[in-house]
Amino acid sequence: MLKFPIYLDNNATTPMDPRVLEAMLPYFSDKFGNAASRNHAFGWNAEEAVDYAREQIASLINCNPKEIIFTSGATESDNLAIKGVFEMYASKGNHIITAVTEHKAVLDSCKHIEKLGGKVTYLKVNEEGLIDLKELEAAITPQTILISIMYGNNEVGVLQPIKEISALARKNGVLFMTDATQAVGKIPVDVEADGIDLMAFSGHKMYGPKGVGALYVRRKNPRVKVTAQMDGGGHERGMRSGTLNVPGIVGLGKACELCKNEMESDTQRILKLREKLETELLKLEESYLNGSKEHRLPHVSNISFKYVEGEGLMMGVKDLAVSSGSACTSASLEPSYVLKAMGMSDDLAHSSLRFGLSRFTTEEEINYAIDHVKEAVTKLREMSPLWEMFKEGVDLDSVEWAEH
Amino acid sequence: MAYSDKVIDHYSNPRNVGTLDKSKKSVGTGLVGAPECGDVMRLQIEVDENQIITDAKFKTFGCGSAIASSSLATEWLKGKSVDEALAIDNMEIVEELALPPVKIHCSVLAEDAIKSAINDYRVKNGLEPLEMPKSHH
Repeated sequence: MLKFPIYLDNNATTPMDPRVLEAMLPYFSDKFGNAASRNHAFGWNAEEAVDYAREQIASLINCNPKEIIFTSGATESDNLAIKGVFEMYASKGNHIITAVTEHKAVLDSCKHIEKLGGKVTYLKVNEEGLIDLKELEAAITPQTILISIMYGNNEVGVLQPIKEISALARKNGVLFMTDATQAVGKIPVDVEADGIDLMAFSGHKMYGPKGVGALYVRRKNPRVKVTAQMDGGGHERGMRSGTLNVPGIVGLGKACELCKNEMESDTQRILKLREKLETELLKLEESYLNGSKEHRLPHVSNISFKYVEGEGLMMGVKDLAVSSGSACTSASLEPSYVLKAMGMSDDLAHSSLRFGLSRFTTEEEINYAIDHVKEAVTKLREMSPLWEMFKEGVDLDSVEWAEH
Repeated sequence: MAYSDKVIDHYSNPRNVGTLDKSKKSVGTGLVGAPECGDVMRLQIEVDENQIITDAKFKTFGCGSAIASSSLATEWLKGKSVDEALAIDNMEIVEELALPPVKIHCSVLAEDAIKSAINDYRVKNGLEPLEMPKSHH
């Protein structure tokens, strides 16, 4: 039985796995202790649970449990990594390199750094959404302290060449940080093999709870330190004060364990469903897959339907919970900066839909989504003067539009 | 954002979608908006010898409110005289469809489309074009 709307927005957030919820529940009630309480069993139990979660997480990303700093989510982790490195390594330099398609948590942290007098280079991406390694290398200066490039993009799923980036960082003695929020739990992420020094990720993108995330901070080769951005009890090796969110941490741990065990089978199934969705939707005339087809996360598909307006399309696919590259719910029309950075025209960016699949997505749901989208696009095109003009062979760029 | 029931109704069951023969002297065509702005409206009217609008058709590329505004406009136009059509004010569309402030531009576009179609008809029939209120924005 299908339940409506069908949830296909798993890059925004995933539903929590019931097994994660089950693991968390006792820590809201019976086992409510403060992990920092050293004098009684309530505290010890909480600490033990947190330590176990650290191990579960460390096992997924191949690090030492001590290298995990718990935070409230990826946004905080990004902030802590960028601002924390900038402060900690101020004597070494003040230059950070990132890319224009990063998440706002990274971009806005970098803007903050600029206000503090730091210098930031924003690398462009090509039409597939990938950065140019030569441009990256050329941007490195003796003042460069950090390269921050995301693992997989949240809008189009493009995977950056992480190993090559980290090799360049190493060679030049620069730290490498990655926002891996969309990648951890979905594809194998190995901080050793990938050469990552700092990595941000979050619970609620991998079937865990919201409000909990982590920052991986390398302890050896090199030993990395970040300046705390919140003052308090000196928790998390002094890098992030605040009483630990024990139920959330337990949930994040459990989510990581499940992802590690089930990643392979989940991915195979999700890839098949995505293949079907894409093949069918790209059969529609003038529909385009956005971002690199090859270097991509397995669970996301971003497709533009030309000659259909984004908001109208969203209204037409009301049985689906998806995201649009169009942010025109306000008076100002501002299409996705990620799609724009990939060189896409405004109208194509406006008419894009992002489909995010999950462990819980069924074939029946995908079949319904295919029919529903096809129907909406076809109906809207029949109603679209642009489609009619296109079909009559009118070059829309040559039309003098009565702008309003 | 929540749409009013009337917007949803016009979006789901648009009235008078289609194309009239623009080569006919009795047909006036208005094409307003621009693709990069997110709305393009084409509104057509057919006018008889008594200056009565006998038919109206639209095609719209745009959001639900833009589609609903143009669909409603075609409904209102049919049977009206050209002069009555000219008197249609965008705020009447706003009220009828309960458009929120951020969607008022959709009704403005519909009003522009009506006037632009009437002007096209006038020019075709040797009449002076009416002065268009240039850009509401």
